[in-house]
Amino acid sequence: MIAALTSLTILGAFLGLVLGIAARVFKVEGNPLTAELIAILPGSQCGQCGFPGCAGAAQALAEGRAPVTLCPPGGRAVALALAAKLGTEVNLAGMKDAVPMMAEVQEEICIGCTRCFKVCPTDAIVGAAQQIHSVFREACTACGKCEEVCPTESIKLQPILVTLQSWRWHKPVEAA
Amino acid sequence: MNLFDLRGGIHPEGRKNLSAAHPICALPVPKRLFIPLQQHIGAPAQPVVAVGQNVLKGQLLATAQGALSSAIHAPTSGVITGLGDCTAPHPSGLAVPSITLDSDGESRWIALIATADPFQLTPEEISQRVAAAGIVGLGGATFPSALKLNLSHGVQTLIMNGGECEPYLTCDDRIMQERAAQIMQGIQLIAHAVAAQEVLVGIEDNKPEAIAAMQAAAKNTSVKVTAMPSMYPMGSEKQIIQVLTGKEIPAGGRPADIGVLVHNVATAFAVQQAIVEGKPLISRIVTVSGGAIKVPCNLEVLVGTPMQELIDFAGGYVQPAARLVLGGPMMGQQISNPAVPVVKGTSGVLALTTAEIGQAEPAPCIRCSSCVRACPVGLLPLEMAAHIRTANLSGAVNLGLKDCIACGSCSYVCPAHIPLVHFFNYAKGDLTAQERTKLKQESTKKLAEERSERIARIERARAEAAAKRKAAREAKERAAAAKLTTEAV
Amino acid sequence: MSEYLFLLLSTVLVNNVVLVKFLGLCPFMGISKKMDTALSMGLATTFVITFTTAGAWLLEHWLLMPLGLEYLRILTYILAIAAVVQFTEMVIRKTAPALYQVLGIYLPLITTNCAVLGLPLLNVQEKNSFIVSLIGAFGASVGFTLVLVLFAGLRERLALAKASPTFAGTPLAFITAGLLALTFMGFAGLVPH
Repeated sequence: MIAALTSLTILGAFLGLVLGIAARVFKVEGNPLTAELIAILPGSQCGQCGFPGCAGAAQALAEGRAPVTLCPPGGRAVALALAAKLGTEVNLAGMKDAVPMMAEVQEEICIGCTRCFKVCPTDAIVGAAQQIHSVFREACTACGKCEEVCPTESIKLQPILVTLQSWRWHKPVEAA
Repeated sequence: MNLFDLRGGIHPEGRKNLSAAHPICALPVPKRLFIPLQQHIGAPAQPVVAVGQNVLKGQLLATAQGALSSAIHAPTSGVITGLGDCTAPHPSGLAVPSITLDSDGESRWIALIATADPFQLTPEEISQRVAAAGIVGLGGATFPSALKLNLSHGVQTLIMNGGECEPYLTCDDRIMQERAAQIMQGIQLIAHAVAAQEVLVGIEDNKPEAIAAMQAAAKNTSVKVTAMPSMYPMGSEKQIIQVLTGKEIPAGGRPADIGVLVHNVATAFAVQQAIVEGKPLISRIVTVSGGAIKVPCNLEVLVGTPMQELIDFAGGYVQPAARLVLGGPMMGQQISNPAVPVVKGTSGVLALTTAEIGQAEPAPCIRCSSCVRACPVGLLPLEMAAHIRTANLSGAVNLGLKDCIACGSCSYVCPAHIPLVHFFNYAKGDLTAQERTKLKQESTKKLAEERSERIARIERARAEAAAKRKAAREAKERAAAAKLTTEAV
Repeated sequence: MSEYLFLLLSTVLVNNVVLVKFLGLCPFMGISKKMDTALSMGLATTFVITFTTAGAWLLEHWLLMPLGLEYLRILTYILAIAAVVQFTEMVIRKTAPALYQVLGIYLPLITTNCAVLGLPLLNVQEKNSFIVSLIGAFGASVGFTLVLVLFAGLRERLALAKASPTFAGTPLAFITAGLLALTFMGFAGLVPH
């Protein structure tokens, strides 16, 4: 009885010591995965995923609290990159690519209040006080922040029209 | 000359006899032309004319924009009646910005600068004139020719492509038979411009008259005219290089990487016209054919002529056309609207009957591997399509999707009628879109980071300024307090 | 020497731990969707099995037998296994965070992989020497890795196949696992009768 107790205690203590030392040696500062995930995310801190900024979203992803399809501005490209990094499978068939949108200024009702370009996370809106603002299309991520602050509803997200350059073949329809 | 082996390839029924015997005849100038500003790979041209302006035949309508672009000239004399959109010669049927020109029926040329001895020109002058004439690859890829000349200077071998392996098409066949001398001069000019050491002309052996005509024209020159076995896709750049030189372009590379430049024979004719006679590229030879066409023929057509005019000139339909195609039946563009204009890259206008297109419902793949044998690039079409079907694009890329030339050989031979090449076109489009999104994301991410940095900097500066003000105020108050105490004392 | 080679061959193929003894089926079904993750899981399990078998043999012969505490065998073994798995987890987390994420719950679950506990227990039952135990355990875990990778390859191809919705996914994987087990029965013919 005593032999059993002592031997198990000693064994447990020894293994605990070894693991304790190992925990010191192989200590992980924060979660290195989070940093890698932040690098993939768009970084516009738009908050459309429901997390506070891209760092929060990366944290949630690393802990498995969020699906890889969480980022609407990132779309399928980001979802695929995240899935590759996390080694998870992503069912893109279920992820309808949102219609690509872009903010557009209706020039007749823009009063040049400058509120929209103050909130734009990517500096995609140019203009000055009392001047009509306009959107730099290559920089707009369609986060919708400008839409919220516009007092005249002049700036709105509009679907980007398909052009000859952006047109592509659809996936062949399959017979069941 | 000994030829090298090719892998894969198919032997579709040629059906060239429909139009092969018809000499080139000029289509009368149509009343109204729709001239798209994008008839080439790259950026659309920038118009330099205004609505209502009178233009002469050959006058510049739009200039090239950027390095990868091409100029566009007036196909005939007349008045500009519109700068707007017209239906693009493209399967999407989307609009393309274009110039509308109403012809005055007089075809008055602008003053042309002819060159008596073109071989005195320097290579730079030749490529400048080729660029100014708006010449693009007439085989169908429509890559700006001048850029190709500049990128290929000093290549060892110049290959002139007279393959014309697509069924039905006979435009290159006819132009080689009827205009061999001009083509030969154009070939020599191109060879002169890139200082090529060896010039080969490859023609499929189903065009014996064209081979004879070109061989006669090549007498007393260093140009070698070679008959190649008839096979699809012999007219593809990679395949013609392989069969004539035995060299293979590395994956993702260009012909210049292995010291080869390939041009179409019709492009050589356009180059000759531009350099010797000063005429810009405003017309091309188009084959009008297909089972639904009454009199299949080869027409010299002004760029911008609506497709319907060609069909009407060929006598219209003898039976309903099930499908209209611009280009060849294998790689051409399916068109739904016959009002679309002929552009620089249009080699054929085909009206095919239901029997000719032979459409059938796709059946399951039985892994017969016919497509693997047919693939001229040595890929596994069935595996690639399976990966694409299950949304595994990276798997398809690993199998060599990016090396696919979309020749359609696999779809042609598939006994189960699986639209293999459609899968590959879809996947390539999807990959391009993903890459574009990724690039955009990288740039917007940088913008977002710069912005947050800037805001932090401004905050910091503001805080520092506030601290400074506070310190100053406190110092002042202290001084005032000190003064008070001294006064009190 | 040849005796050890035969031992290795026998444990890898003939008495394959997964397909013949049906131990360790949980990661066999769970981590076999992709070849590269299957390989890493196999390597992690190989490490754990080899070390715990050595540790268990030492515990058995130096601690339990001299003190007559054989009734504590399972308890002490589990203790050793848990410690080694914990150690492996720390190392993987430090060196390959993405792999750590991929293996997920299956990494700590190596502890409850019945192959890990089963092999030391079998060794005691058969009164194997230290070297034989070690080689046997190593061979078994190589066999585990082999089967895991083979099965992952099959599943990668199965994913491309058009299957009826009733069978697509796991049901088809189970049938395939059965067929794979059948083929491994063929290795029994390697043993001369």
